[in-house]
Amino acid sequence: MEGLQTVGSALLTLGLVAVAVVLSLYERLGLEKDIGVAVVRSFVQLAAIGYVIDFIFGLDNLGLVTLLLAGMVLFAAWTSARRAEEVPQAFLVAAVAVGVAAVATLGVLLTLGIVPPTARYLIPLGGMVIGNSMNAASLTMTRIRDDVAEQRPKVEAALALGATSRQAVSPILRTALQSALIPLIDATKTTGIIFLPGAMVGMIIAGADPLEAVRLQIVVLYMLLGSVSIAAILVGTLSYRSFFTPRHQLRTTPPEH
Amino acid sequence: MDRPKIEVRGLWYWAGGTEILKGVDAGMPGGEITAVVGPSGAGKSTLLRAINRLIEPSSGEVYLDGEPTGSLDPLELRRRVGMVFQIPALFGASVEEALLYGAHLSRKDADPGRLLEMVGLDISLAARDPQALSVGQQQRVSIARTLALEPEALLLDEPTSALDEAARLRIEELVRDLNVRLGLTMVFVSHDLAQVERVADRVVVLAKGKSMGSWDRADFFSGAGERARRFIAGRL
Repeated sequence: MEGLQTVGSALLTLGLVAVAVVLSLYERLGLEKDIGVAVVRSFVQLAAIGYVIDFIFGLDNLGLVTLLLAGMVLFAAWTSARRAEEVPQAFLVAAVAVGVAAVATLGVLLTLGIVPPTARYLIPLGGMVIGNSMNAASLTMTRIRDDVAEQRPKVEAALALGATSRQAVSPILRTALQSALIPLIDATKTTGIIFLPGAMVGMIIAGADPLEAVRLQIVVLYMLLGSVSIAAILVGTLSYRSFFTPRHQLRTTPPEH
Repeated sequence: MDRPKIEVRGLWYWAGGTEILKGVDAGMPGGEITAVVGPSGAGKSTLLRAINRLIEPSSGEVYLDGEPTGSLDPLELRRRVGMVFQIPALFGASVEEALLYGAHLSRKDADPGRLLEMVGLDISLAARDPQALSVGQQQRVSIARTLALEPEALLLDEPTSALDEAARLRIEELVRDLNVRLGLTMVFVSHDLAQVERVADRVVVLAKGKSMGSWDRADFFSGAGERARRFIAGRL
């Protein structure tokens, strides 16, 4: 663990960031500012969450843990809704989807006694569930929005043949769900061969038994598959409606601005 | 004149702050082919979509056999009043699947062989991939899948605009043939006056979202509708 004990030594890794900045300048990628923002934000956000988690671990109060997780869900929904602009009620849809995914998967882990009900487990696992569900929610919403706009003639043709909104949009829903789930399924398939998941790497570096790290990682992977599926399906089911009227009509100003 | 099969009264439609239809009145008699003509942006396609309620009129009403369509179940209405679009969007991996899409949704029996025969296509096409057909053939399949629902009326939104000259003439012939054989009421949007003269029994003229009147084909091309015809002929 030597070398990782002071903030100063962590800052030495900024040298590696300098490589990215130099590359951006040299190749005129115009990303220097973004890299800077990313570096500062990640430092501030991680430091802040470190103190918050440290504080909550100290109290070990389940109420506070729940509150923190709820805050994370709302922030995830806000982020996802910003990504999926022009999708009506995107915030509400994302909040419901991410919230249900988190409650369902963490609930199962707790009920089955797979993890103990302590802040040490619930906060990092919750963070992973919420983050991945958020990505799935954003992907699903933006995909549905783009495809409904692009495939308008097909949707109209189906409606004109007596299809309900749901029936008319079902091919679009299918591809949106696939695009949200496939990256995680592929990552799960190749895990351990192509990449070692972050949580496992962290545990091993921190000195945990590798087999124990693997056990937890398997729990994490299955949990993520479950929560991402729940989030994507909920987003699909809830968000397609906003593109139609209750009388099975495509909204004429395709939800844009 | 008898009560028209389809009657449009005082139809307004605005979307996104733009008025697209500004009080359209028109009647489409049963068993006839009514052409809707007008310059682009006149609201022809919008009018068609208001008839089968693919869009909701902002005010005014469309009547089917005297019944306000606003009070009908929109899915049922769309089965009674079929629609064919400019671009045939066919669903499924085979022509047969594409033909039966709407019929399956409403759990109606339909014979793909008979449907193909009705639109002048060979039954051997049933197993083919619809995307492998010519656009003209695809448009026939899209007409046939609408007929599978046994509609009382058919709306055609510039159905020949994506076709070459020969295919266009064959679709026109098919439209006339179906009108005679099935007694189907048809509403045909076109911006081609020569086509209107070949196909339509009646002509409704739209300009800038307003109806300018309607005429029998003969009147429109040589009699009382002559002025309206000249007016729009310069703007198509």
